[in-house]
Amino acid sequence: MTPYLDYTVGAPVADTRAPAGPIEQRWDRRRFEAKLVNPANRRRHTVIVVGTGLAGASAGATLAEQGYRVVQFCFQDSPRRAHSIAAQGGINAAKNYRNDGDSVRRLFYDTVKGGDFRARESNVHRLAQISVEIIDQCVAQGVPFAREYGGLLDTRSFGGVQVQRTFYARGQTGQQLLLGAYQALSRQIAGGGVEMHPRTEMLDLVVVDGRARGIVARDLVTGEVSTHLADAVVLATGGYGNVFHLSTNAKNSNATAVWRAHRRGAWFGNPCFTQIHPTCIPRSGDHQSKLTLMSESLRNDGRIWVPKAAGDTRPPGEIPEAERDYYLERMYPSFGNLVPRDIASRAAKAVCDEGRGVGPGGQGVYLDFADAIARLGRDTVSARYGNLFEMYERITAEDPYRVPMRIYPAVHYTMGGLWVDYDLQTTVPGLFAIGEANFSDHGANRLGASALMQGLADGYFVLPPALNDYLARQESEPLDPGHPQVEAVRQEVVERLDRLLSVRGDRTPESFHRELGRIMWDECGMARNDAGLRRALARIPELRQEFWRRVTVPGTGESLNQQLEKANRVADHLELAELMCLDALHRTESCGGHFREESRTEQGEALRDDEAFSYAAAWEFTGTGRAPVLHREQLDFEYVHPTQRSYA
Amino acid sequence: MNLTLRIWRQAGPDDPGGFSTYRVGDISPDMSFLEMLDTLNETLALRGEEPVAFDHDCREGICGACGMVIDGQAHGPQPTTTCQLHMRHFEDGATVDVEPWRAAAFPVVKDLVVDRSALDRVIGAGGYITAPTGSAPEAHATPVPKEAADAAFEHAACIGCGACVAACPNGSAMLFTAAKVVHLNLLPQGAPERSSRVRGMVGAMDAEDFGGCTNTGECATACPKGIPLSAISALNREFLRGTLR
Amino acid sequence: MAATGAVMLLYLVAHMLGNLKIFFGPDDLNGYAAWLRTVGQPFLGHAWFLWIARVVLLASVVGHGVAAYQLSRRDLAARPQKYARRRARSSYATRTMRWGGVILALFIVWHILDLTTLTVNPRAEEGHPYQNVVASFSTWYGGGIYIVAMLAVGLHVRHGFWSAAQTLGVNNARRDRVLKATANVLALVLTAGFLAVPVAVMIGAVK
Ligand SMILES: Cc1cc2nc3c(=O)[nH]c(=O)nc-3n(C[C@H](O)[C@H](O)[C@H](O)COP(=O)(O)OP(=O)(O)OC[C@H]3O[C@@H](n4cnc5c(N)ncnc54)[C@H](O)[C@@H]3O)c2cc1C
Ligand code: HEM
Ligand code: HEM
Ligand code: SF4
Ligand code: F3S
Ligand code: FES
Repeated sequence: MTPYLDYTVGAPVADTRAPAGPIEQRWDRRRFEAKLVNPANRRRHTVIVVGTGLAGASAGATLAEQGYRVVQFCFQDSPRRAHSIAAQGGINAAKNYRNDGDSVRRLFYDTVKGGDFRARESNVHRLAQISVEIIDQCVAQGVPFAREYGGLLDTRSFGGVQVQRTFYARGQTGQQLLLGAYQALSRQIAGGGVEMHPRTEMLDLVVVDGRARGIVARDLVTGEVSTHLADAVVLATGGYGNVFHLSTNAKNSNATAVWRAHRRGAWFGNPCFTQIHPTCIPRSGDHQSKLTLMSESLRNDGRIWVPKAAGDTRPPGEIPEAERDYYLERMYPSFGNLVPRDIASRAAKAVCDEGRGVGPGGQGVYLDFADAIARLGRDTVSARYGNLFEMYERITAEDPYRVPMRIYPAVHYTMGGLWVDYDLQTTVPGLFAIGEANFSDHGANRLGASALMQGLADGYFVLPPALNDYLARQESEPLDPGHPQVEAVRQEVVERLDRLLSVRGDRTPESFHRELGRIMWDECGMARNDAGLRRALARIPELRQEFWRRVTVPGTGESLNQQLEKANRVADHLELAELMCLDALHRTESCGGHFREESRTEQGEALRDDEAFSYAAAWEFTGTGRAPVLHREQLDFEYVHPTQRSYA
Repeated sequence: MNLTLRIWRQAGPDDPGGFSTYRVGDISPDMSFLEMLDTLNETLALRGEEPVAFDHDCREGICGACGMVIDGQAHGPQPTTTCQLHMRHFEDGATVDVEPWRAAAFPVVKDLVVDRSALDRVIGAGGYITAPTGSAPEAHATPVPKEAADAAFEHAACIGCGACVAACPNGSAMLFTAAKVVHLNLLPQGAPERSSRVRGMVGAMDAEDFGGCTNTGECATACPKGIPLSAISALNREFLRGTLR
Repeated sequence: MAATGAVMLLYLVAHMLGNLKIFFGPDDLNGYAAWLRTVGQPFLGHAWFLWIARVVLLASVVGHGVAAYQLSRRDLAARPQKYARRRARSSYATRTMRWGGVILALFIVWHILDLTTLTVNPRAEEGHPYQNVVASFSTWYGGGIYIVAMLAVGLHVRHGFWSAAQTLGVNNARRDRVLKATANVLALVLTAGFLAVPVAVMIGAVK
């Protein structure tokens, strides 16, 4: 038993910014009550925005349009490459263009329920309201959404909801939305409203007199570590799925920004809530560097199965119908292959654990289109999924028209993140978190096509007025760059990098990352239990110590050094992983993506414990490896009444 | 399988750079080219040597970060990005040359990493539709004919990887610029800025170190997203139209 | 580039048709040459038309050459470093535009000295193009220069025609195939049409 497990429970935390009153009016009220900054004065305020994904790019562009001086950062060589670019499926909005019964109220309802009643009603309702404006905004920017012959926008249904509210641009919705925001941002960069620092990584947060006043960042090309000061700092740095090493996230996505902010006083909300996506291409060997998502839409026509007998290594074509187990259709007759993500994922893991998995290492299940091809014809199947089939074939060299696809679940999204109030402000005044970096709107499980919606809602519409309000209430006294506290943070960063460079051990950062990923996947992945989490919590601190003893980083810090970047990120993953496991251990209920094997219904499904756990967990940092403090934010449901999810 | 790699190593922009030869064994045909380089880098790091620097992020062929010239071809022998190029397309025992994008507008940062920020500046000079947040009309107020929407999408698919510039014997960014101009100019939303957009972007392109287009067509052959060569013609048309009026 | 190239292309088509008159005998061609000098009369003075055409042509050749030179300078500067192993995926015609152009430029100089100013033509007679042409092609090098140049014209036009369409913005996805086919036909007709003369002289069909 490590002392880390003896966390203490601190004072409950309340969202003091959320307005009261009827839920439909809260957002209006908040905007009306927010203070404003005189347009003539805005130029005197500097705002740092870290990140250029959907959340960051939309925020940077909007704040600069309003007249603030924006200083923005990303670690890629261009703001256009942020991880948001990879989103495939689509973006939700309650436009009700189909007249199929959709409404703001229904999107709100679906999102609260989909999040398994672990998100704030006020936030989710606001998100549903804003969703409508997002589509207008993006269309005006020239985002080429799919259209019908009449020239109007096309929508489809996504992620098992009954209305068609998902707007899309072929399989590249994230790319097109991000390019829209990036182009708006580029306009501001060219016009001088935004000072853009690409290839620059934030390595720490500067907090002076209890307020966020800047960041310490490293220029990844020259290696220079510098401080940037501002009146407020916005983190739009994305999710932390890469703690698991293998995920569908971009290879360089990482947790450093949020974790450094956490260490400086920003509480971390629901760190254990991660989403596992059921339809990814299985890993092909130890060399695997990341996992590739195959769109969920494939489950509309593909049938999922494994051999009935364990250890059956015959090629799929030689396994007769009678010896196949279409397990989702068997276990969930009414939803079949279309059960929600978390259920499909767990079922796949279960059959593979029974030794019935297929493909190399037995970590895969078949997604078979033979019936669909027989029923619809090859042409129809190709029209629907042709590009996905091509992508699959390019990666695996197998032709899905002839051989069933192999799929396996993979880490995809993190619902947890920095705890923020209704204004998206963290527990450090002046520090805001938007997009996947915060914990706000998805509860314990995110619905498909809702992350893009949330990122853009935060950046275009929610953050700007909130920031106005904050800045209007502050005396904006300039901070001396030589302030001892500023210099101290910079010094700490430099020392840490020097330390990483000076160990000169015998293991690469990648090898530690891989080992950490294995622990997290096995013990804190799709299904979690007390014993496993304790094992992980014992092993992670050891691994962390080993890391600081044995890691090797060739080269120097004075130039582009990708191993150094990697090592620094892995060091933070090694700390965050511990908090994730602790959060998973303390939440003994199952909810959404968090499945505790001890807490399930008679049918084996996730069983919530609303009595004990109807709260968001906000963790306060007390020191590396030291037991954190838990602050609970009670969640009350006035409009959507908690029910047990059932898909049997 | 085993390969001999001749990789361009260059410590920084001012270093002359040169090829170094490495042997990589135990390559699985299922590896991507970048995963193969990962394994090389692991070995180099353990030997205390500096690993080969290269840009990459999504590894799904969509972010446009990756890119290197493999045996004289931008992104290598397949019509896709380097991260989606798999080792099964190489022959056991072959010698493979790996170089950075070469163009005056893309100075080498280190090894295979180049500075493509010129492309961002081209976008900043007009590659957008001015639509301040909150000012947008209802999305269905302006229907867009499906053909226009589809064609706009086809051109919007550009990932900004710069392979077109790398493949062009003139180091020209015409295809990249054309893709954005066509995407936005085809849409009714893009109409008000139609002329200023093309003039601004072409002007910015000329102000960078890009060469001029002599219609060689290598760019479109190298483009992993299939941006068609006709885009360049359309760009020229828009430019003539935009400057004549 | 495209505009000057197009002017020259038009000239070439006319020039080739004119040249083919050689097959109708000396009188036809010589008469045609003389006619050229009287076009527009009495509106224009004697040989004015010819001189206007010459000025336009000269301006085109010079303009085209200068533009080609400037563009090439800029293009070479934009690609200071070569790849170790280049695998060009464009056509031969495309890759030889620069050298083909240089060959053409040299040829034009030679051609004018040969058949217009008659400086290098050993048995030249003012006003008798038919005889001059025959004389010029009667030596192996005389004919040889023309044959090489005609092949260069063919290649230059094959890419140049399509390229000009591209540059002037008249190409699009639908027209592309038609334009390419037209370029091929045009290049072929021009090459064959021009080649016919020296070949005919050399094999003795035209004397
Ligand atoms: C494969 C895939 C498919 C998806 N498909 C969908 C979908 O169809 N629909 C949907 O709604 N959602 C989807 N999602 C989820 C969605 O894409 C993400 O949640 C969302 O894009 C996150 O956006 P973001 O702006 O918060 O962060 P990101 O886009 O991740 O951007 C993070 C930014 O922060 C910067 N950054 C991070 N750390 C630092 C640092 N320390 N210093 C400087 N800069 C830093 C990065 O450079 C980057 O610019 C998908 C996700 C994946 C992985
Ligand atoms: C003075 C000698 C010449 C030189 C140095 C020369 C050189 C070039 C060069 C370098 C190009 C650019 C390549 C390209 O755009 O694809 C070009 C294009 C072209 N040339 Fe020439 N050329 C010469 C003569 C001619 C002649 C005699 C013709 C007439 C048939 C001609 C017609 C064209 C055309 C139509 C183009 C395409 C223009 C464009 O795409 O903008 N050229 N030439
Ligand atoms: C076999 C092919 C050709 C023949 C027989 C031929 C013949 C002639 C003749 C007889 C003249 C002199 C006309 C006169 O002075 O009345 C002439 C002029 C000229 N030719 Fe050709 N020609 C040929 C090909 C070409 C080609 C390929 C080009 C261009 C690339 C060309 C360009 C010119 C030019 C520019 C002049 C000068 C026009 C003038 O100033 O009068 N010719 N040619
Ligand atoms: S046009 Fe093609 S090659 Fe050029 S940047 Fe875009 S995607 Fe890359
Ligand atoms: S290869 Fe270069 S010359 Fe033009 S057609 Fe493409 S930009
Ligand atoms: S790494 Fe993103 S396109 Fe290759």
